[in-house]
Amino acid sequence: MKFLSRVTITLRKSILDPQGKAVHHAVESLGMKQVRDVRMGKYVEVRFEAPSESEARSATEEMCRKLLANPVMEDFRFEIEKMES
Amino acid sequence: MTDRKVKFGVVVFPGSNCDHDAYYVCKKVLNQNAVFLWHKDAGLKDVDVVILPGGFSYGDYLRCGAIARCSPIMQEVIRFANEGGTVLGICNGFQVLVEAGLLPGVLLRNASLKFVCKFVHLRVENRTTRFTHLYKDNEVLAIPIAHGDGNYFTDQETLAELEENNRIVFRYCDASGGDGGDANPNGSLANIAGIVNAEGNVLGMMPHPERASDPVLGYTDGRRLFAGIIESAWSRFAGSIPISASGGRR
Repeated sequence: MKFLSRVTITLRKSILDPQGKAVHHAVESLGMKQVRDVRMGKYVEVRFEAPSESEARSATEEMCRKLLANPVMEDFRFEIEKMES
Repeated sequence: MTDRKVKFGVVVFPGSNCDHDAYYVCKKVLNQNAVFLWHKDAGLKDVDVVILPGGFSYGDYLRCGAIARCSPIMQEVIRFANEGGTVLGICNGFQVLVEAGLLPGVLLRNASLKFVCKFVHLRVENRTTRFTHLYKDNEVLAIPIAHGDGNYFTDQETLAELEENNRIVFRYCDASGGDGGDANPNGSLANIAGIVNAEGNVLGMMPHPERASDPVLGYTDGRRLFAGIIESAWSRFAGSIPISASGGRR
């Protein structure tokens, strides 16, 4: 079965995000003073084959832990979609 | 002491750009042997010391050093380090070492968000390592930095462990060795510029000692780091006990 994982990687809450801060300031300077916080992250799409959804899930988990995210500074979450073959 | 030359292996990733500087310092300034180790190589050519040089390995894609640590050569470097081999990671090399799990923590984007390229001052915090034994206690060095992601970070538990075991080898400081002001160029936790692993055989540092080694460039404070590595290697050739990171603080 073919799957698509959509992985979102964000800096952990305890990590200062200077890029997000800079964007926050820029948004404020557009006049949108209601913005409370901006955090930047990464988005990764992975297409792959797996025998079942639960195996697709554990494969994505492994990719995230081993490479896509660095647990010292990042959190990750993902959604899995079964693709039409 | 022995007449045998120390053989340095300088790893070359696509995007490495300080590899020739490191090679030049080992070979021409300190008159030792040096070879390049291509990232696809699966052997270390019997080198005595591995240098992971500065640059932008694999374009710094994903995270600095994250792709490099998956390369074939890094599996060999990890094995070499775990067997006690001497490994020096400079700048991007430091980033590769933390991604490879050979050193703790991570190097975040500079607090200023700017790429910083200038001379900084470093204080030698631990001169009992195989890398730093030719420096004086608390000696202040002038060594250049050139990085966008040098802001060292780790959790409080790991920081306490680094402090307690004297694993912070270099800290940023001002010209007189003091902290504060703009001495810290990148926001690095506890002013950390370089750390060693628990066994003391792997050093990662953001500053570039290879750019301050040839007298023709005007600064030579980095030279004793390489000379120290060479003397330590000689003492291991001679069968004496390797100098470890353990030992008295300062």
